[in-house]
Amino acid sequence: MIEDFVLRALIGGLGVALVAGPLGCFIVWRRMAYFGDSVAHSAVLGVALGIALGIDLGVGILIVCVLFALMLALLQHQHRLATDTLLGILSHTALAIGMVAVGLMDWLRVDLLGYLFGDVLSVTWADIGRIWGGGAVALAVLGFIWRPLLSMTVHEEMARAEGTPVAAIRVVFMLLIALVIAVAMKIVGILLITSLLIVPAAAARRFARTPEAMAVGAALIGALAVVGGLAASLNWDTPPGPSVVVVASTLFIVSLALGGLSRTDP
Amino acid sequence: MNPDGSSVSPAIEARGVAFHAGGRSILQNVDMAVAAGEIVTLIGPNGSGKTTLIRILLDVLKPDSGEVIRRPGLTVGYVPQKVAIDPALPLTVGRFLRLGGKAGDSDVAAVLAEVGLPAVAGRMLAGLSGGEFQRVLLGRALLRRPDLLILDEPTQGVDVGGQLDLYALIARVRRQRGCAILLVSHDLHLVMAATDRVICLNGHVCCHGHPEAVTGDPAYIALFGPRAAELAVYSHDHDHGHDLGGRVLGDREHPHHPHPHHAPPHRHDAA
Repeated sequence: MIEDFVLRALIGGLGVALVAGPLGCFIVWRRMAYFGDSVAHSAVLGVALGIALGIDLGVGILIVCVLFALMLALLQHQHRLATDTLLGILSHTALAIGMVAVGLMDWLRVDLLGYLFGDVLSVTWADIGRIWGGGAVALAVLGFIWRPLLSMTVHEEMARAEGTPVAAIRVVFMLLIALVIAVAMKIVGILLITSLLIVPAAAARRFARTPEAMAVGAALIGALAVVGGLAASLNWDTPPGPSVVVVASTLFIVSLALGGLSRTDP
Repeated sequence: MNPDGSSVSPAIEARGVAFHAGGRSILQNVDMAVAAGEIVTLIGPNGSGKTTLIRILLDVLKPDSGEVIRRPGLTVGYVPQKVAIDPALPLTVGRFLRLGGKAGDSDVAAVLAEVGLPAVAGRMLAGLSGGEFQRVLLGRALLRRPDLLILDEPTQGVDVGGQLDLYALIARVRRQRGCAILLVSHDLHLVMAATDRVICLNGHVCCHGHPEAVTGDPAYIALFGPRAAELAVYSHDHDHGHDLGGRVLGDREHPHHPHPHHAPPHRHDAA
């Protein structure tokens, strides 16, 4: 008999994997892994905000992630500093300020480790509603902007010359990343969420001949990693979030080996 | 469409276009036009504002002053300078072509035949050679049935034989489709023979006109040095390249065979 908390963890984890796979493919194709990381790091600030304002922590995280993503979108137009330098500064500053702010509220016992590495075994049905609801919205929007986003991922100027509203779609995509990071935090935490976005996508690359196949493959590999990671965690009493990431990375290495054997495309 | 560009209104025209970036003037008072059926080449040293001008013509950048007048209903096909697709993005040639707009399988097959690459629709984009990739890019632009084709350094990363093939292909596109073509180039020697008019840009229009006239122009010589004048007029006649084009297409079925013999014997004088 499967225990209730295990079932909730599984449903929550699968919900995250299904949306993280397709979104993660675009993060890989557009080389935005560091952007994802930065937005995730800002989530600690969201926790602090949520506590300070006495609002739902999930809402606080979502607000901060969205604001941070928008700010990064604006700052990418400056040319004084390389984007990765800027992201490095902002991402760790946000993380540090968040930690300091939470630390100052010493009347509260906040489980920071849970935010940093996830707390999938304490997922509630409300969390699951948030994950699946947010995930469904994210997938629907991604499907809607799929073709223009793909076109501008291939070549932005060409897409623009062909009439794609590049700037608007870029902002929508960044907001999607913020949304998914905010709802997925509970599963693997701030420090590991990017891996759940990019590792399954990278693992799916070897087996895909179309972008859509890679997106579906990434969702399935992510789901496999969630199931495997939770099983490992329960069997050997390892931390669940990191276990999921370890399984995903193992699947990636396996994909390299298999892909090397059955390489069809040049 | 009227292949005689001189008598019709231009497909696109820039009037007094100026552009600044970072406190520096990139373009000043640029006037230019391209008419249907005409091949115009924009040349100029690096940093002379060629790409900026292209971006303004494409309506990607707004000029600080001056205006760009497009013929109403003008469709522009654009072949960008550099396309670096992340190797993690799996795309077949056919899918890449269809990304540009609504096109069916038969349209894709027809345009691939037109650019001399039949039967590559199912191949992965990452496996194409530089020359093949440039042709696919041209095909994507052609799928839009453009009235104006803008090609930014279309022969980058292509060997000399492949460059001649590409210019022959561009000349054929002009002949068959009658569209206006604006080329950006800095390989002077090859481009001079393939073009009707040359616009020499260095922040402003230094000189313009027929290739022979431009290469004798003092402004041109000042910009590219006295040797450029002797190098530039490379009168390999691409309109007699029908046979060449035909043979090139034939050879494309055996892409592993290099075909240096397609380069005319006097290319070394030009290079």
